[in-house]
Amino acid sequence: MNSSVKIDDFSLRSSSLRIGERIIRGTLFAASAFSVLITIGIVWSLLVPALEFFRQVPVMDFLTGTRWAPRFKPASFGVLPLIVGTLWTTTIALIVAVPFGLGSAMYLSEYASDKTRRRLKPVVELLAGIPTVVYGFFAIEFVTRVVLKDWMGLDVGTFSVLSAGLVMGVMIIPTVASLSEDALSAVPLAMRQGSFALGANKMQTTLRVVFPAAFSGIAAAVVLGISRAVGETMIVALAAGNKPNISSNPLEGAQTMTGFIANAALGDSRVGSLEYDTLFAVGLLLFMSTLIINFISIRLVRRYREAY
Amino acid sequence: MTTAANWSIEGKNHERNFKSIMFLGLLWLSLFVAFLFLIILLVTTAMNGMGRYDIRLFTDYNNTTPADAGARAAILGSLFVVTVTAFMAIPIGIAAAVYLEEFADRTKWYNKLIELNIQNLAAVPAILYGMLTLGILTLLGLKNKNVVIGGSLALALLILPVVILTTREALRAVPQEIRDGSLALGATEVQTVTKQTLPAAIPGIATGTILAVSRAIGEAAPLLLLGALVFITYDPNGLFAGFTTMPIQIFSWTSAAQDEFKQLAAATSMLLLVILLSMNGVAIFIRNKFAKRW
Repeated sequence: MNSSVKIDDFSLRSSSLRIGERIIRGTLFAASAFSVLITIGIVWSLLVPALEFFRQVPVMDFLTGTRWAPRFKPASFGVLPLIVGTLWTTTIALIVAVPFGLGSAMYLSEYASDKTRRRLKPVVELLAGIPTVVYGFFAIEFVTRVVLKDWMGLDVGTFSVLSAGLVMGVMIIPTVASLSEDALSAVPLAMRQGSFALGANKMQTTLRVVFPAAFSGIAAAVVLGISRAVGETMIVALAAGNKPNISSNPLEGAQTMTGFIANAALGDSRVGSLEYDTLFAVGLLLFMSTLIINFISIRLVRRYREAY
Repeated sequence: MTTAANWSIEGKNHERNFKSIMFLGLLWLSLFVAFLFLIILLVTTAMNGMGRYDIRLFTDYNNTTPADAGARAAILGSLFVVTVTAFMAIPIGIAAAVYLEEFADRTKWYNKLIELNIQNLAAVPAILYGMLTLGILTLLGLKNKNVVIGGSLALALLILPVVILTTREALRAVPQEIRDGSLALGATEVQTVTKQTLPAAIPGIATGTILAVSRAIGEAAPLLLLGALVFITYDPNGLFAGFTTMPIQIFSWTSAAQDEFKQLAAATSMLLLVILLSMNGVAIFIRNKFAKRW
């Protein structure tokens, strides 16, 4: 990963450890092994109630059903409306985050001087430090009310996936920008020099040499952005509304997977009831989706780390 | 990092054509949009909260009458919960990072598994940590789940991967020569870590942990699951006391019907932003001021 030379390559390490050192090492190992326990804990805490849920609702009905109404009688547990809602907010967020994030990354990595970059990067990263509830408040009070309704004259209600998605996109800009910048900076200088020497200008070098060379790292940044968008809760809970809705209109509200979990958690469903278990079934689906997305991202990062 | 900008071969004389000027303009624009958004967000939130920047925001409890409501319980709750979170997450996080960076044999399968696992955990949706905590508290037989220790546990689990990843980065920046020098002088491995590597990495670790803790202060999703959205009109006075936090209070006031509550939400948001931005400022200051460049 970093330097190929590790302590192991030298004989400076003592051949046998003292007992005290052994205990300390063991404790440190336990601390890092604890993280595996967290993952097992997450799976366990989701799986047990989710299995209870699937004992009553067939998995296929859950995954392919088009009506999500767990609190109605008769209840219906088709999760597709929540998935569609999640896809809407995620897609809109990416349309915002990818161009702006990538543009910022290209400027910071290829054009800015070291000094400029040291000053500008923290400011971009501030966007990631703003609490998501504050983004949610901003989405309802400013983006929906002022920008979409008053300035653009769009026919939006209080809740819309457009507003939630737009604001979420801005929230993800630093994720995309920061990781893409790492990937771009990792491209060896010699490749740029070769390109310049052949007479290419900076734009051509950036787009045709550096960008393709950093592509897997940039893809990893985007994929991680997707993971953030899928898992984001507070913005959608506030601005996207809580009406499950398979709609082709982004001006309407919809409920996402996370939005449902947050909303259902506010209710007072009893532990062990079907309603309570529903929460965990959706949670499990959310965990599985982000797990797959995260692994794709980790794989992509490895690929560019190996290349350079 | 070295970039092309440090070099003389830059192709600058080719930069004058229309296309490449437009391209540079677009790159500027994307940075500019990010800054503009940040400024608009701060200004509109500040304006929405106008009229509630008073001492009662700090001294009064929540109330059904907006004029009498304040964020006292939320402010104290946030401070209490986050302090406990920091005590739980930072020691374990640093210990795990030291193991992975200084002692672990990376070719061993279990160390690879731990690394992969931490990378994934860092990107697990926050709300799932709430569900995990719910499971743990149920297992422990706690009836009332909205307690300080529960909230802190959820947030600690959430920021642990962040603490580990940033600490590792700080340790990795310490040159190998320092470790070799220490070992060559006869120090044991543990002494090398505690007397050389860790002290050298402190600025980086401090920056990382401050940012991780500030994430915990702003997070609301996992706490919603514990049922933190309750009416609290007392100071949180113990690990098993009920609590609410600033983000939760903002969420509840934002969803309220009356506009006066939105004003309160905005004022509390500003307070939260001031706290977080100053923590970010401190983190960046430490990074720029104390971080050694080897």
